[in-house]
Amino acid sequence: MAALAKLVRTSTFRLAAGYLVLFAVSVGAILGYVYWNTAVLLERQINDTIEAEVTGLAEQYNEGGIDRLLRTVRDRSAKADDSLYLIANFSGRGLAGNMGGVPREVSGVSGWAEFPYSIRTADGVEPHRARAYHTNLQGGFKLIVGRDIEERLRFTSLIRQTLFWALGLTLALGLAGGFAISRNFLKRIDSIGETSRHIMGGDLSERMPISGTGDELDRLATSLNEMLDQIERLMTGLKEVTDNVAHDLRTPLTRLRARVEDALRANSKPVYRAALEQTLGEADNLLRTFSALLNIARTESGEARSSFSLIDVAEVAGDIAELYEPEIEEAGGQLEVAVASGAMVRADRQLLAHAITNLLDNTLKYAAAHSEDASSLSVRLTVSLSGGDVLVEVSDNGPGIPEAERKRVIERFVRLDSSRSEPGSGLGLSLVNAVAKLHGGALELGDNAPGLTVRLKLRAANED
Amino acid sequence: MNTNLTLQKASTIEQDRMRILLIEDDREAAAYLKKGLGESGHVVDHASDGEEGLLLAREAVHDVFVVDRMLPRLDGLKVIETLRGEGVSTPVLILSALGEVDDKVKGLRAGGDDYLAKPYAFSELLARVEGLARRGHAQSMEAKYTVGDLEIDMLSRSVKRAGNEITLLPREFKLLEYLARHAGQVVTRTMLLENVWDYHFDPQTNVIDVHISRLRAKIDKGFSEPLLHTVRGAGYTIRGGTG
Repeated sequence: MAALAKLVRTSTFRLAAGYLVLFAVSVGAILGYVYWNTAVLLERQINDTIEAEVTGLAEQYNEGGIDRLLRTVRDRSAKADDSLYLIANFSGRGLAGNMGGVPREVSGVSGWAEFPYSIRTADGVEPHRARAYHTNLQGGFKLIVGRDIEERLRFTSLIRQTLFWALGLTLALGLAGGFAISRNFLKRIDSIGETSRHIMGGDLSERMPISGTGDELDRLATSLNEMLDQIERLMTGLKEVTDNVAHDLRTPLTRLRARVEDALRANSKPVYRAALEQTLGEADNLLRTFSALLNIARTESGEARSSFSLIDVAEVAGDIAELYEPEIEEAGGQLEVAVASGAMVRADRQLLAHAITNLLDNTLKYAAAHSEDASSLSVRLTVSLSGGDVLVEVSDNGPGIPEAERKRVIERFVRLDSSRSEPGSGLGLSLVNAVAKLHGGALELGDNAPGLTVRLKLRAANED
Repeated sequence: MNTNLTLQKASTIEQDRMRILLIEDDREAAAYLKKGLGESGHVVDHASDGEEGLLLAREAVHDVFVVDRMLPRLDGLKVIETLRGEGVSTPVLILSALGEVDDKVKGLRAGGDDYLAKPYAFSELLARVEGLARRGHAQSMEAKYTVGDLEIDMLSRSVKRAGNEITLLPREFKLLEYLARHAGQVVTRTMLLENVWDYHFDPQTNVIDVHISRLRAKIDKGFSEPLLHTVRGAGYTIRGGTG
């Protein structure tokens, strides 16, 4: 019963039911029209013949008197067809014709009447119905002319029956069809529902069933499956990131723990204080590293793509140059800026700014700190257009990076031995790389002879 | 990010005593904030879930609400939306473990006035809470700011100290304007980076410090009494000699 109710609630069934009602109404209307037309037509035809005959007989009476009328009626009655005649005198006794007497239904001066009568056949007596016109003639005679209408009645009743059967069959077939289609539809919907419950239960490898007909349900299932593929990919990526983070944070946490343990053994206030201060610093570093890692992971996940807007790279670079110029000058160097106009990209402004900031941070941290003569530090920030790319380049005249190491420094936590003493997490270039990839570009490290050139390649936005 | 507890005295100079409503479900974090804010001379009421927080907030006796974003019973953003819907305009600082720019936008859209991602240094929180309370006292956009003998005219965008014109670069002017709008309060480096440069990330180096020292050279050099002060471990503050 519940299954039936569920079936009846499906949209397919409702649609089928709606069409069924519409179809039944039109079938009924067509058959009704046919029935009405035939019945009326047949009756009119009978009436017309009877009327014509009555007129003819009345003329015969007027011209030749009762004798001629009686003769004619007798002649016509002798023919074996479905006509009925009767001429009766004023007392109702039949003078001529093939009817037994004046039927009870006949009354008044003239008019139509329908009545039952019997005919003799080979097998006996058969009840029939007749339709007749009766009129009183001068001299007290009554004339009745009729026709057997049994055929007509049978015919109309046949049409009536056809109508009912057709309607009944339409309804029955329609209902059955509706149920069948809905059940098929419901079965497929149920199997999609079942699969999604499995997936929610944790089995991400399951996919929606596809019947292969390419209908709308198949199309829905296909796009759901594509979505599931994407989700599975993201989940796998997320798991990798989580594993990396867990691994990468274990080392500093172990160091932190060792320091605290060591301090606890010392049992002296100044040592405690120093250890606490170091711990606080270390915790801050850890948190910074942690948020840098998260930042990289989020950037790699590509979720920022939904908030991209059209950005003038030259403007962003100019802003950051303005932010960094004082500090580079303070370090004894100089920042040279050259930006081309019309360097438009679809990008996330904060991430793009963060990436360029990291590049300038690096020159300050490594180039400035490791130059033989800090006062000669020269940093160049350029934005240029090249083919379909916007290039952001930061070049310095610092020690540079040996060619063999250039690919490696982009990886997370990789720091060259020469710079291990500097503060930093080894994540700066990893973020720049992630930002480049997010924007459909790449990060390239090159030789500035002497020094390092870092090139951030971004896909230029279409000019429209 | 370094917290140095000796800075609290400096940050509360001439700061009115505030009544703060703290809605935070983490008991330890709440106790830590209550203690810190109390030592800075403020009174703290604490609610440990969203519903209780909403009830206390409706009393309308607080200068600032500090609301954790994720709360039991009633989400932090819902609390803020409800209060704003009821016409309560008390400034709100949202605390959240979600630090993305997107999350921040969502928080501010719900009616928050400032957003601080966890973990934060106490000095950062204190500076922001005090900044918000000031904002509550209609200290926002003005045509003219005066700090000691320093005058900043927002219409002509000119700066004078003791009657002498000082020429500033556009960014230096913006920096000074922000400091002056929060005169007497501590302003952190992050607050400057967010509000003057509109960057919502932490650069590794101390770029802000150099900008401040250049600004200081322009407005304080040659005057016996400095206006722009460094608050160790926290940030900067601008204030006139008498407060």
